[in-house]
Amino acid sequence: MNAPSPILSIQDLECWKEEGQRALSPGIPKVTVGMATCGLASGANAVFDALTKELPSSDAIIAQTGCLGFCEMEPIMEVFRPGKPRVLYRNVTAEMAVALATGAADGKIEKKQALCTLNGCPEGGPKAVLKGVPRLEDLPFYKKQEKITLSRCGRIDPESLAEYIATGGYFALWKALNSTAPDEIIAEIENSGLRGRGGAGFPTGRKWRLTRNAKGKEKIVICNADEGDPGAYMDRSLLEGDPFAVLEGMTIGAYAIGAQEGYVYVRDEYPLAVQKLNKAISQACAHGLLGDRIMGTTFSFHLRLVRGGGAFVCGEETALIASIEGRPGEPRQRPPYPAEHGLWGKPTNINNVETWANVPWILSHGADSFRRVGTKTSKGTKVFSIVGKIVNTGLIEVPMGLTLRDIVYDIGGGIPKGKRFKAIQTGGPSGGCIPEAGLDLPVDYESLTQVGAIMGSGGMIIMDEDTCMVDIARYFLDFLKEESCGKCAPCREGIARALEILQRICRGKGKENDIETLEAIGRMMKGFALCALGTTAPNPLLSTIRYFRDEYEAHIQDGRCPAGVCRDLIHYRLNPEKCTGCTLCAKACPQNAIAGEKRKPHTLDDTLCIKCGMCYDVCKQDAIWKE
Amino acid sequence: MLTVKIDGKTVQGDPGMTVLEAARRAGIRIPTLCHHEGVKPYGSCRLCTVEIADGDRTTLQASCCYPIKEGLVVRTDAPAVVAGRKLLFQIYLARCPEVQAIRNLAEEWGVSDSPFESANEDCVLCGLCVRACAEAMGAEAIAFSGRGTSRKVGTPFDFPSETCRACGACTYVCPTGRMQMEAETVARLRRRIAAERKCRYMLMGMASSKLCPNDYDCCHCSFDQTMELRFGTHPVLAIASTKEKVGAQFVKPRQTVMP
Repeated sequence: MNAPSPILSIQDLECWKEEGQRALSPGIPKVTVGMATCGLASGANAVFDALTKELPSSDAIIAQTGCLGFCEMEPIMEVFRPGKPRVLYRNVTAEMAVALATGAADGKIEKKQALCTLNGCPEGGPKAVLKGVPRLEDLPFYKKQEKITLSRCGRIDPESLAEYIATGGYFALWKALNSTAPDEIIAEIENSGLRGRGGAGFPTGRKWRLTRNAKGKEKIVICNADEGDPGAYMDRSLLEGDPFAVLEGMTIGAYAIGAQEGYVYVRDEYPLAVQKLNKAISQACAHGLLGDRIMGTTFSFHLRLVRGGGAFVCGEETALIASIEGRPGEPRQRPPYPAEHGLWGKPTNINNVETWANVPWILSHGADSFRRVGTKTSKGTKVFSIVGKIVNTGLIEVPMGLTLRDIVYDIGGGIPKGKRFKAIQTGGPSGGCIPEAGLDLPVDYESLTQVGAIMGSGGMIIMDEDTCMVDIARYFLDFLKEESCGKCAPCREGIARALEILQRICRGKGKENDIETLEAIGRMMKGFALCALGTTAPNPLLSTIRYFRDEYEAHIQDGRCPAGVCRDLIHYRLNPEKCTGCTLCAKACPQNAIAGEKRKPHTLDDTLCIKCGMCYDVCKQDAIWKE
Repeated sequence: MLTVKIDGKTVQGDPGMTVLEAARRAGIRIPTLCHHEGVKPYGSCRLCTVEIADGDRTTLQASCCYPIKEGLVVRTDAPAVVAGRKLLFQIYLARCPEVQAIRNLAEEWGVSDSPFESANEDCVLCGLCVRACAEAMGAEAIAFSGRGTSRKVGTPFDFPSETCRACGACTYVCPTGRMQMEAETVARLRRRIAAERKCRYMLMGMASSKLCPNDYDCCHCSFDQTMELRFGTHPVLAIASTKEKVGAQFVKPRQTVMP
């Protein structure tokens, strides 16, 4: 490596930039495999191994990158040839990888396997135009997306500092340290309208100013990467795909706030993110971008990584602080807020991963470019993970104010198997379920709160007609019952009592005034619980009652589960007119509840049936139905 | 001096005072289970929740943790407060149906029965014992373990504690009477004649007479004096008072902390 170290001047940065550009667009072909957690889960490791084993290193460079967001298409492989459009292949297997890569190097594009073509990163090089292969921007999945925080994810090697700098990285920090006063940076962030991406949406600039103005000589910044919502992986993807952006954002924030010490609190269930972050921190330290006298200035900032122990509640800021201090992760009453009295009693500024990653972009592109995106009260973009009953599962970044319908149907591709959409749950386990009538709602902090959901950190779970909303409320409360720290009675006891009632309803033993009792518990928790976990815990309960009250009533009054989910309330029936006697169901039944001769209609003995649904799944004649 | 309004009454207090302290000074009742003057506010029982209007923001807040501020308007009888408090009392009653102290407090606030299934617990997890032990007495012999519904108070791994000094602070502050010491130890203490009760550690065989750094001068013993200052009692008295507080019905063996 010829680039100078440590990085002390703008010339040094330019040197790094050139080196990074050479790595991103080398003189020989380059094959890049998406190796974030989603890629690895679908077999990217085998693809990478096959490539390194069989492609001579003189023919092509084999590199890794983060996640492009289109999880449904993983493993994804990008093939680059000097002077030719970049091609992205989808669902690549180890067997086809080498052929695809060499074929592409010879100019043969396997159109069946190609997902799209890509522009260069950073912009430049040949335009992504190839007959018969769409451009990335034209894919329905990407068409309505706008990438700010995820712009580098899936494009650069997350372990390469040079590639980060080549895509504009660390120029914002240089500008901040050398020509901007801390107050000006805070003003710029305030002006951009950036709000906390962790869920509550507190204005980031105001938070920074509060910490800067708080009494105390030593200040601390913390990055909250304790992303615990089931089905949400925005922060994981960012840390795995672009860890330097978070580090740069934190360093700028520390300079603006006047902090010399920083912590990244990552949940230990993210081993790859921890690994990438550690590598990024050690590289930044080695090249004078972290530690003493950053970039040759008088500013020093030391960053430490702390791994969380798997408690959902530690995502709450006061519990997170307690956890870093080595105490049990339990929230405490605010005020005082961490901005006044935080980690070790010092003024502390906590932002989540996505918020920090927005900071360098705002400084280098200006607050006004950020303000242009989004709605009146919510500026910029937001990353969401869309999971559940949806065609295109994945990670998306959209401008604030896009409607839920756009996300579900245009980007997500709608509901699989032609089923009907029923509800979308936003904001993790403590978010609310929004029904079809709310699909035209613009996604911003205020609108979601109005309908009884929350923005949360950005998890979106889509449910179809086969989902029982009472069962969903039961499921989320069951999760929260395990994750409540138990410190305050409304949360600990409230969740347990509500769950008790819900379980009873699901068993068909609901009582006349159960819905009212559930609502009363929910209201009490909203007002009385200590932290945000407790006050938002009743959201799934209250929102399902609000929008799907008829389902609750059907369970309680008629002893019927309309979606056919609650086991105690359904019966499997066999229609002898449709049954062809194929014996599939009889073979599948673990209870031998189905009997009958070959090629003759079978019979189902309800007394033996344990309602496992095996027969229902295997029947090709639709002869078995739920009642 | 800061001036706040609580239930229409104007109350004055010093900076740093909590809403609960200000209300009690003015003679306004607010129920609590986890509050004690001897330890820092904790905010776990949530019974002291009130409605606080700070400027144009009206929220429900735990009054024991909320510092007063000039111009606050506090309502202890707002409809949301009353409804929530009633439900919370019902939840406590269902958790501890046999604890007289909870029954009395609930009755005082007009709640006498609960629609929920009884759990027959005797600890409300208010954390007073844990805080008295760690914060006031510096022993840290007991702590919470488990999470959520499996949360409980105990010694590490439920083994007899090495650091417990049998001061009795935990039993003294416990609102339900769950925290008790092993009857045998207490009895051993009590069998001694008053003149011999010089130092409880020596009496209990935990220290030989040579070990007391204070030469058994309790008046100058930081441990003994902390107890006096924080809780207005002495170790031996604290242990004795527990029995009085919980009454005759509380005789079954409870959580023990003795070494």
